Amino acid sequence: MKETPLSNCERRFLLRAIEERKRLDGRQSYDYRNVRISFGADYGCCIVELGRTRVLGQVSCELVSPKLNRATEGLLFFNLELSPMAAPAFEPGRQSELLVKLNRLLERCLRNSKCIDTESLCVVAGVKVWQIRVDLHLLNHDGNIIDAASIAAIVALCHFHRPDVSVQGEEVTLYTPEERDPVPLSIHHMPICVSFAFFQQGTYLLVDPSEREERVMDGLLVIAMNKHREICTIQSSGGIMLLKDQVLRCSKITGVKVAEITELIQKALENDRKVRKEGGKFGFAESIPNQKISAFKMERAPVDTNDVEEQAEEIITKADPPSDVFAKPILRMPGTAQIGEGLENSWGDLEESEREEEEEGNSDDATTSEGQKMETEEINVVSKTKKEDDTIVLSDSEEEEVVILEPEERPKKTRTPTSAQQENSSSKKAFNKKRKKKRATP
Amino acid sequence: MAGLELLSDEGYRVDGRRAGELRKVRARMGVFAQADGSAYIEQGNTKALAVVYGPHEMRGSRSKALHDRALVNCQYSMATFSTGERKRRPHGDRKSSEMTLHLKQTFEAAILTQLYPRSQIDIYVQILQADGGNYCACVNAATLATIDAGIPMRDYVCASSAGFIEDTPLADLNYVEEAAGGPQVALALLPKSDQIALLEMNSRLHEDHLEQVIEAASKACKDVYAVLDQVVRDHVHEVTTLLGE
Repeated sequence: MKETPLSNCERRFLLRAIEERKRLDGRQSYDYRNVRISFGADYGCCIVELGRTRVLGQVSCELVSPKLNRATEGLLFFNLELSPMAAPAFEPGRQSELLVKLNRLLERCLRNSKCIDTESLCVVAGVKVWQIRVDLHLLNHDGNIIDAASIAAIVALCHFHRPDVSVQGEEVTLYTPEERDPVPLSIHHMPICVSFAFFQQGTYLLVDPSEREERVMDGLLVIAMNKHREICTIQSSGGIMLLKDQVLRCSKITGVKVAEITELIQKALENDRKVRKEGGKFGFAESIPNQKISAFKMERAPVDTNDVEEQAEEIITKADPPSDVFAKPILRMPGTAQIGEGLENSWGDLEESEREEEEEGNSDDATTSEGQKMETEEINVVSKTKKEDDTIVLSDSEEEEVVILEPEERPKKTRTPTSAQQENSSSKKAFNKKRKKKRATP
Repeated sequence: MAGLELLSDEGYRVDGRRAGELRKVRARMGVFAQADGSAYIEQGNTKALAVVYGPHEMRGSRSKALHDRALVNCQYSMATFSTGERKRRPHGDRKSSEMTLHLKQTFEAAILTQLYPRSQIDIYVQILQADGGNYCACVNAATLATIDAGIPMRDYVCASSAGFIEDTPLADLNYVEEAAGGPQVALALLPKSDQIALLEMNSRLHEDHLEQVIEAASKACKDVYAVLDQVVRDHVHEVTTLLGE
């Protein structure tokens, strides 16, 4: 399925909000969304939630023969899958650009930085080594897949325990988990990716962009770092032009963020270890929270809505009510009419606009006037009205009078919330018609 | 890594260069008569060939046409004989796709695509011999080819790689230095405005050294720019003399 395009007004809204340093979910420019890490029942399985972006990571291992030119090193494979369950735009099977980009970034971040000691994965040099596979699945896409995926990968690797092996001369014995406890992998450091989204040619910078922000961004910079402030990978993408100081500033921010996230990961791992040791319940079923709103529990909204009502009341009372419209259509000749004069744009009130709607519906077949210079796509509105206000008819016409269906008496304009929506929708139509009329009349 | 000294005590690298020295750059424009623009570049032992077609009408799916700019279509491929062992897949594997994306991104930023709405510019790059700095040679070759094709660009796009060994940044890494596994940075720069079109880094590097390495890479890019500029001027001079103007 093709991705629904983003409307222009939504794009403008997002960009304007970013210019005013506001984000849709109420975060600051450098804030991360909530990170939740939960572990499965088996070792090496975890789900990471970054806001609403969800990634599932699973590590598995196998004994294989090593590569010829690297006889003493184990093998590491990373694979990220974008399943259609994450977003309707992801189609199964086809390898898209995004997939290649994410996979390569993950590979470089985790493999080239040597976060896992591959030498320790060797069982018998040149004959048998461990092959570790990390499979990541994106379950829900709400922006910033790469961060969530990198956290999931490293957490799954830290959580994983491989079966114990012992070598006696030529004999290799593989113990099942019942015989001997599985052994964790030896991990040197934990690289975490942090994404920066750039807007307006690099003027504005946001950390951890959500899905909407990703759609309107100019470009992305991903910096992967570990808690010792060693940069593991930098990747700029999206065709933006960066300056050296921007990159350096981003790397400083990354240092701070990575320290926080690493602490969170350590705590989560510690908790899980404790729970397993004490024999408590663990696994996904325990960690998926009840999403219902109850008297005692409701998800905290990130935006502060405490005094919204007072603020809204203030704005409403301070604003002027819309002005009344004097509706006196001047009929110049069959097919054209003029309502109002000059540049003042008074959005009609409900009587006026409703009547115009009826007229347009009835006289859609009315011929366009040849005398006027009209744009062909505009619909003429014959304004023959039969209403309380005066109609100045400038020319004779023998067309039938238009029957108005349901000429309700609407109350005069007051600022009430109920009629506000109707006013808005119909006054928009009135505005458009007036615009067309103004363009039509010379 | 074992037994190979990448930077000797006297400050010489494996191939005898100094830390900030580039490899010898030889380039030629207008190699093919058929293509709109073409160029061949040799950076040390790395040889790259770039061919540019365009701007022309959208081939294939018209739906991909952008209403306000030109579409830049790149393809990066390595000849099967370019590496030590014969490469079985010249293009289509993940690494080549990644390089293609990076090339596309770099040139979309540099070419004035707004001048050619609803059209397509093709850039095809082929590595004939890979000896380190593949991406950088590609970018330099593609820059020359684009200039040869007469497509307007914001500025030259010059690329260079840099590494970091024993507290010294090295410029323009060759294959041996890349394979050693130390940190490497590939930088594509628009030299006059110092704007970074692409920044890519691999392996571990401490944050404090980042500035030094980027500086070294920028300087190397500016050196490449000086060479490329001279090549372009010589070529134009040659062509105009032949035309008798």
